[in-house]
Amino acid sequence: MLKLEGINKIFNEGTPDEKIALENINLHLSPGDFVTIIGSNGAGKSTMMNMISGALTPDFGAVTIEGKEVTKLPEYKRSQFIGRVFQDPMAGTAPSMTIEENLAIAYSRNAKRSFRKGVNRSRRDFFRTSLEKLGLGLENRFNAKVGMLSGGERQALSLLMATFTNPSILLLDEHTAALDPSRAELITRLTKQLVEEGNLTTLMVTHNMQQAIDLGNRLIMMDKGQIILTIDDEKKPTLTIPDLMTEFEKIRGEKMNSDRALLGASS
Amino acid sequence: MFTALFGSVEQGIIYAIMALGVYISFRVLDFPDLTVDGSFVTGAATAAMMIALGYNPILATLMAIVTGFIAGCMTGILHTKGKINPLLSGILMMIALYSINLRIMGLSAENAIVKPNIPLMNADTIFSQFQGFWGNLGFDTALTNFIKNTLGFQTAPSTWGTIIVVLVLTLIIKFVADWFLKTEVGLAIRATGDNKRMIRSFSANTDGLIVLGLGLSNALVAFSGALIAQYSKFADANMGIGMIVIGLASVIIGEAIFGTKTIFRTTLAVIAGAIIYRIIYAVALRIDWLDTSDMKLITAIIVILALVIPQMIDKRREKKRKEKRRVERLNQQREMMQGGNHLA
Repeated sequence: MLKLEGINKIFNEGTPDEKIALENINLHLSPGDFVTIIGSNGAGKSTMMNMISGALTPDFGAVTIEGKEVTKLPEYKRSQFIGRVFQDPMAGTAPSMTIEENLAIAYSRNAKRSFRKGVNRSRRDFFRTSLEKLGLGLENRFNAKVGMLSGGERQALSLLMATFTNPSILLLDEHTAALDPSRAELITRLTKQLVEEGNLTTLMVTHNMQQAIDLGNRLIMMDKGQIILTIDDEKKPTLTIPDLMTEFEKIRGEKMNSDRALLGASS
Repeated sequence: MFTALFGSVEQGIIYAIMALGVYISFRVLDFPDLTVDGSFVTGAATAAMMIALGYNPILATLMAIVTGFIAGCMTGILHTKGKINPLLSGILMMIALYSINLRIMGLSAENAIVKPNIPLMNADTIFSQFQGFWGNLGFDTALTNFIKNTLGFQTAPSTWGTIIVVLVLTLIIKFVADWFLKTEVGLAIRATGDNKRMIRSFSANTDGLIVLGLGLSNALVAFSGALIAQYSKFADANMGIGMIVIGLASVIIGEAIFGTKTIFRTTLAVIAGAIIYRIIYAVALRIDWLDTSDMKLITAIIVILALVIPQMIDKRREKKRKEKRRVERLNQQREMMQGGNHLA
C-alpha cells in the first residue's frame, strides 16, 4: 500500500546548520496496517510524514502509494490518496467556514472539483450520519462556524474529514498532543473506531509511548533520522514500556532520553 | 438634491461591482490586491477603445471583463509562481497596467501609439442602447410626473433607464457570486483564503485557486470600469487612482453596518456600502470649502474611521460589561455582609 525506499534528506546542506533528517529509510505498509511511530524530538518522525504527504521531497529515494510512484507528485495531487490530521487543532479545518462547508471540502478530496453545489441534500444526509458517529452533537450544529468549536471538537472534526472518504493512507501527526488528557483520550478512541471501521492503512506519530503501544498492529522507533526498531504484529500485543526502554538501550548503548513527553505524562 | 443623490446612487451601484471584486480578493482570498487601481482603468480603456472604433458596446464590455481577468491572473501568477509578496505583486501589476492602458487607448487613434483619454460624447453605449428601448415604454414620464406632482420635488431625474440597467447587472453579479462561493470550487477558494495548509491536504491546488480568484476579482473590477466609462462618457488613464481604497471603504462600511453573518448578507452589505460611500462623497462635495481634489483625503479618512470606530465601540461595550459585573459583584458582597450581620 505504502512503500518508502532508501529515503534520504539533509537540511541546510553545506552550511554549519547541516542536519541529517532522514537516513536511508525503508518502510513497507500492507493494506490495513496501523503503524505507530515513536522517537524523541528531532528523530525525523515529522520529516518522514512530510515526505509521504509531499510537503517535502526526498533528496533521493522513492515513495510509492498503491503501486504508483509519487515521489515527484506535488502535495495537492498526492493528497487525493492521503488523509491527514495535524498536531495543531487549528490546522486541519477552515475556521471561518461552517461545519458542513468544511465537510464538503473534505468530501471533494478524491474527485475533481466542479461548479456543483458543495452541499446538497444527499451529501447533507451523509454528513449527518458521519457526524453522529463522533457522538459530540455536532450534527445539530451544521451551520456553526468551525472557529467557534473547542480544540477537541475541531480535532474530532478533522479526524472525520480525513477519514470519511476512505483514503489509501491515513497520516496522524501527534494529533492528540495539543489536547488536554480527557480530550486526547476521546480523540484516541475515535481514531481507533474510525480506522477500524474503514480498515484504513494508518501511520501515526506520537510522543506518548502508552498510546503507541495501545494502538495499531505494528510499531517503529526512530532516532537521529533512522528507523532503529521495528516491532511487528506478533510481538506488538505483549509489548510494554519497559520493553521499549531496554530495546533502545541495547541498540543505542545509552539510556533513553526519557523525558516526560516521551513517557506520555498524561497517560 | 434629489437628482444629485439619484446620480450618486446610480454610480454607487456601478462601483458596487468593483467593490464585490475587492471583496473577493481582500476578504475571500485574504489577498490585499492593489492591481485594482490598474485593472479598473484597463476595463474602462478597453471598452472605450472598442466603442470609439465602432464595436457593439456589449461586445466592448465583455472584452473589458476578459482583459481584467487576464490582469488579475497575471498578479496571481507573479505571487504564486514568482513567489513575490502579495502587496508587491499587485503594485507591480498596477504600475505595468498604467503603460498598458495608455497603449490600449492608443489603439483607437490613427496617428498615435498612446492616448491618455478617450471621450465617448456621441458614441453608442450600453446605456444609450437600453435608453432607446426604455424611452419608448413611457415609464420615465410617468415617474417624473409622480415625483414632481405627488412628492413635490422641483426636479426629477431625466431617466430611470440607467439605474434599472445597473441595478439588474449588479444584482445578477451578486447572485452569481453567492452561488459561486458555495460551489465546490468556490468553497475551495474560500478555504484557500482561510487555511492554505488545510485545503492543500484536501487535494486542492492553492496556486491555481489564487490565480482564478484574482482573475475573477479583477474581471469584476474591469467590468465596473467599463460601465463607469460608458456612464460618464469618458475614459482616462488616471481614473483608477485610489480605486482600491474606495473598494475597501465600500466593503468595510457595508460590513460594519450590515454584518457578515452569511455570504448572501455580506455581498448585499458590500453593495450597500458602495452606494453609501457615493452618497457620503456627494454630500461632502456640497460643502463649500471642500474641493473635488480633497476627495482622496476624505476617502482615506472614511476608511480610517470605518476601521477604527467599530474597535472603539467594541472596547466601550466591553468596558461597560465589566463595570456592570463589578457593580453586581459589589452588591452581592454587600448583601452577604448584611445577611451575616443579621445572623450575628
